[in-house]
Amino acid sequence: MSSPETASMEARYTWGGDEFLFVEVSEAMSLAANFKVMSIAEKLAAAELQGIVDICPANASLLVRFDPDVLPPATLEESVRAIESDLAHHQLQPLETRIVEVPVWYDDPFTAEVAERFREGFHQEPGGSDIDYAAKVNNLKDAAEFIQRHHEQPWLVSMVGFVAGLPFLFQLVGREKQLEVPKYLSPRTDTPKLTVGHGGCFGCIYSVRGAGGYQMFGVAAAPIFDPAQSLADFKDFMVFFRPGDIVKFKPVTEAEYNSIQDEISAGTFRYRQAPVTFDLSKALADPEGYNQELMEALNGI
Amino acid sequence: MAFDIKSPGLATTVQDQGRTGHYNVGIPQSGSMDQYSAELGNALVGNTAREAVLECTYLGPTLTTDQDAVVAVTGAPVEVKVNGQPRPQWTRLQLAAGDEVSFGVIQGGTRYYIAVQGGIDVPEVLGSRSTYSLGAIGGFQGRKLEAGDHVPVGTPLDGGALPAAEAVPEEFRPVFSKEQEVRIVLGLYDHRLTDEGLENLLNGEWKVTPVADRMGLRYSGPGVKWKEREQPFGAGSDPSNIVDAGYAVGSIQIPGGTQPIVLHRDAVSGGGYAMVGTVISADMDLVARAAPGTSTRFVAVSLEEALAARKELSERKKKAKAALGAS
Repeated sequence: MSSPETASMEARYTWGGDEFLFVEVSEAMSLAANFKVMSIAEKLAAAELQGIVDICPANASLLVRFDPDVLPPATLEESVRAIESDLAHHQLQPLETRIVEVPVWYDDPFTAEVAERFREGFHQEPGGSDIDYAAKVNNLKDAAEFIQRHHEQPWLVSMVGFVAGLPFLFQLVGREKQLEVPKYLSPRTDTPKLTVGHGGCFGCIYSVRGAGGYQMFGVAAAPIFDPAQSLADFKDFMVFFRPGDIVKFKPVTEAEYNSIQDEISAGTFRYRQAPVTFDLSKALADPEGYNQELMEALNGI
Repeated sequence: MAFDIKSPGLATTVQDQGRTGHYNVGIPQSGSMDQYSAELGNALVGNTAREAVLECTYLGPTLTTDQDAVVAVTGAPVEVKVNGQPRPQWTRLQLAAGDEVSFGVIQGGTRYYIAVQGGIDVPEVLGSRSTYSLGAIGGFQGRKLEAGDHVPVGTPLDGGALPAAEAVPEEFRPVFSKEQEVRIVLGLYDHRLTDEGLENLLNGEWKVTPVADRMGLRYSGPGVKWKEREQPFGAGSDPSNIVDAGYAVGSIQIPGGTQPIVLHRDAVSGGGYAMVGTVISADMDLVARAAPGTSTRFVAVSLEEALAARKELSERKKKAKAALGAS
């Protein structure tokens, strides 16, 4: 049975049946919690324990699937605890990752059309748009200011999942600047593919069309999940995002969106991206100053 | 050789033992929902457990074979017909080129399996032939079958060697009951339920609703209560919300405290609803067999008991195959 030990900084260990170990690093979302999750996941993967099936880092917790016929649960728990304890005694290593520019058509007609179908009984303010509502609950002047806040600072991919290739995004700003928007009152049965959404403190990009409960602000211009692996960015794997990626949204106009569609059809589209080293202590000390440094990596490519 | 699909049935998909290793990017394991039935079907036609089968849901397909073929239908009880004539389930059937296989009305459960000697031979995607419809990968062009599909069948293994017995003995066929006891290991976020809520979960009668598919099954019943609390940052406002986390396959979430959802093989890999326990691996096939209306009790067991049950199921499979004379 799980037990509520939230006060300590130690993670909480609990079982998801006989094939899953769940490690809750923190009940609350924070950059530090996410970084610890990613560090444990990375070290566990490097340990190459026989019998580990999946290592799934999430926002503030880690899910490990294992084969109990090969790896006894107690052995797995001991190994993860040892990694956690080891991390507690060492400075967290900076993360070698990349920053990616993601073009977004904000306030687009695709999400507007779907939003229109899910108002009464679904949305908090059926009379207005999702962006207007998001601006209001964040005490911002208007939709334009919300959009500005959404794309001017970068986001960290804090988790990939729900459905194939969907990134959860946590904006790299202090808690007082985090955009928070409640999810829909009741989930929609439809969400356009590549919708840029938001629920609670998390942004996301819907990789496939389907059900969803996040507020809808726009549509990303290029694929993030490509089973056919036709574009160069998908040559190695059909899923584009990895936990730890840094995303900078770039607003585009309808004309720019259309020209990106042409590049995709021609098979020539590439994401603008550059390798960066992400240092947690710098990000916590001066988020926006450090973001400037990270975003400079995108200049001149 | 190939099967030609005359009518596809409700939701017929290619499945095997599933693909692991990609849950960290949201790609679920997929695979036959009732692995036990699929595996014995494969054993009957001389396949290993790894070959892909056709999973039929309620309403099966009508198909013809373009060459002689050896097939077996296992899983939920249903009338099997070859050229309109009834043939037994859980039994190896010899088909001649041109023969037509069709099905009557399902008599219980939800899914039955067509295994064919050589296996369904669609390309592997990420190490598996299983269909993941939402991501449009695996299976036959990433989707359920449609009329007109020409579904390739592989070459028989071991020069077409077949097991000695023609049928799975009755004692090794699963029961498709309208009442189930499903064993779960409590954990994950069960400490967030009130005592009364936990009591309801374990002692209440829960019924499978029609909202049940490969992703998960939703149950109706007495509901549960969550402890009130000030929600942690990023978790969302309802007491059943958590900061979005990974979902164990088989885990039970209870959004808003009303209807528990048991995630199954096409599970969403994560989300923001607290899970209170997880169906043990040995009972996942049992849950897969539950038709809407099935009366269900969730029985809490320890991790040790779950591991013992896992071993027991594995032994049972071995015995069933030994009874067939299959390896």
